[in-house]
Amino acid sequence: MSVTRQMIEAQAPPPLQARPWSTARVSGLAAMALWLVVGVGIILFLVAEWDPEKIDRYAPRYFSGLWVTLTLVGISIVLGALVSIPVTAGRMSSSRWASVPAYCYVYFFRGTPLIAQLFLIYYGLGEFRPQLQAIGLWGFFRDPWNCAILAFTLNTAAYQAEILRGALQSVPKGQFEGAQALGLTRLQTYRKIILPQAMIVALRPYGNEIILMVKGSAIVAIITVFDLFGETRRAYSRTFDFQTYIWAAIFYLIIVEALRNLWNLLEDRLTRHLKR
Amino acid sequence: MRISKYLTLAASAVALTLAVGAAQADSHLKSIKIGTEGAYPPFNNLTSDGKLEGFDIDIANALCEQMNVQCEFVVNDWDGMIPSLIAGKFDAVIASMSITEERKEKVDFSDKYYNSPPAIAVPKDSDITEATDAGLDGKVLGAQSSTTHSNYAEEKLSSADIRLYPTPDEYKLDIANGRVDAVIDDVIVLSEWLKSDDGACCKLLGTLTPDLVINGPGAGIAIRKGEDDLREMFNEAIIAIRDNGKYKEINDSYFEFDVYGE
Repeated sequence: MSVTRQMIEAQAPPPLQARPWSTARVSGLAAMALWLVVGVGIILFLVAEWDPEKIDRYAPRYFSGLWVTLTLVGISIVLGALVSIPVTAGRMSSSRWASVPAYCYVYFFRGTPLIAQLFLIYYGLGEFRPQLQAIGLWGFFRDPWNCAILAFTLNTAAYQAEILRGALQSVPKGQFEGAQALGLTRLQTYRKIILPQAMIVALRPYGNEIILMVKGSAIVAIITVFDLFGETRRAYSRTFDFQTYIWAAIFYLIIVEALRNLWNLLEDRLTRHLKR
Repeated sequence: MRISKYLTLAASAVALTLAVGAAQADSHLKSIKIGTEGAYPPFNNLTSDGKLEGFDIDIANALCEQMNVQCEFVVNDWDGMIPSLIAGKFDAVIASMSITEERKEKVDFSDKYYNSPPAIAVPKDSDITEATDAGLDGKVLGAQSSTTHSNYAEEKLSSADIRLYPTPDEYKLDIANGRVDAVIDDVIVLSEWLKSDDGACCKLLGTLTPDLVINGPGAGIAIRKGEDDLREMFNEAIIAIRDNGKYKEINDSYFEFDVYGE
């Protein structure tokens, strides 16, 4: 028998207290119930409105639209990443000749609406056909697909440059100095030391940017490229049936959900050295 | 003193509510909101200072005068015209809307107030010689989306590569700069544009034979389903302005032929 046992009687555990019905709990449950009702309502609506004839007719168009959206965004994001590298270099450069143009580029493309950029590149440059023909570029600008890729690439490159710059600048200066002290070349320093650390910071903003591009691309039908949303509007204009928009929302949600999961995997991979 | 003041206020508030309610119940007989697009010359378009003009607008005003109701125009995007009508943003659509079976599933139509066939326009130096599916094979054909003309193109001219534009303004830009080889629209809309400076690039290739299922019997006034009284009022007013010469007067100020059709 230890001293403590003698001095302090064994105590019964405190009684379990019922969780109080606080305002937060009630409103949380109410919000949850509302979401459930809306979700079930949408599913019931889709079941009730299920029309094999419409599905047969419009499903292939939706898939072709989906493919257009995916390829358009995929190509633009990759090209945008390439363009963003020199822009980032310019933004971080101490030379005014490099930093001012890069700053103006980012300023313009982040500061104006994507729809305006798309319109300017497609219809605006269309007005300059003779000049474009003279320099042999009309073949490129004639095609709406090329114009869409160009507008989206330039737009996303501006955002990606800022993401990349922020991430690179978040890596402490000591890392550069350490690499230098070890005699690593500039390329080695970036590839082995700086980028692996910067990418952890940049990963989530990159994911956001891709998601924003997927949704932002829904305007591309104004220049006759019929993506997922363009096909949706076309189907709606012939059926006047709101489920056309619900299906579009479902497709966009699936894309975003897939990206979200992919990003979780990427984060696991990039931060594996931080796991215990 | 104070109580009686509140009572008076309350009583007048009730009276006002009743009066407003009565006016709303009767609204179709006193005032009607009319939806139109404002981008479809010479039928309905906005002038540079933002006023509506065109054949549809004049006809609408004549009909309202005939029916002895106040009319107010609401400008709405073409794509959203029928949903906005159903949602009650306006009570009737007078915007050169063709009476088609697809649309009749959602809204009712008055009788037609004009009918004109679709046509194809091409650049003046075009090598396209006939306005047929074979003639347009492999060519880029522009049309306004959500229209009977785009439906016609997709179903009858499917050998062409069809591009769909939000409004006619955009396909006009693109045929002028050579991105599309031909455009399809109402023959009157195309002719009017070809007469203007902007249309100097192009010429009319030919009219198409309308398809009764796709194009319908002509342009009518769309109203919400079940509002039969309003539909009858419009139908009677159309007959009345046809008979009393008002229609002809408006027609002749725009066209050299009777746009009403057969």
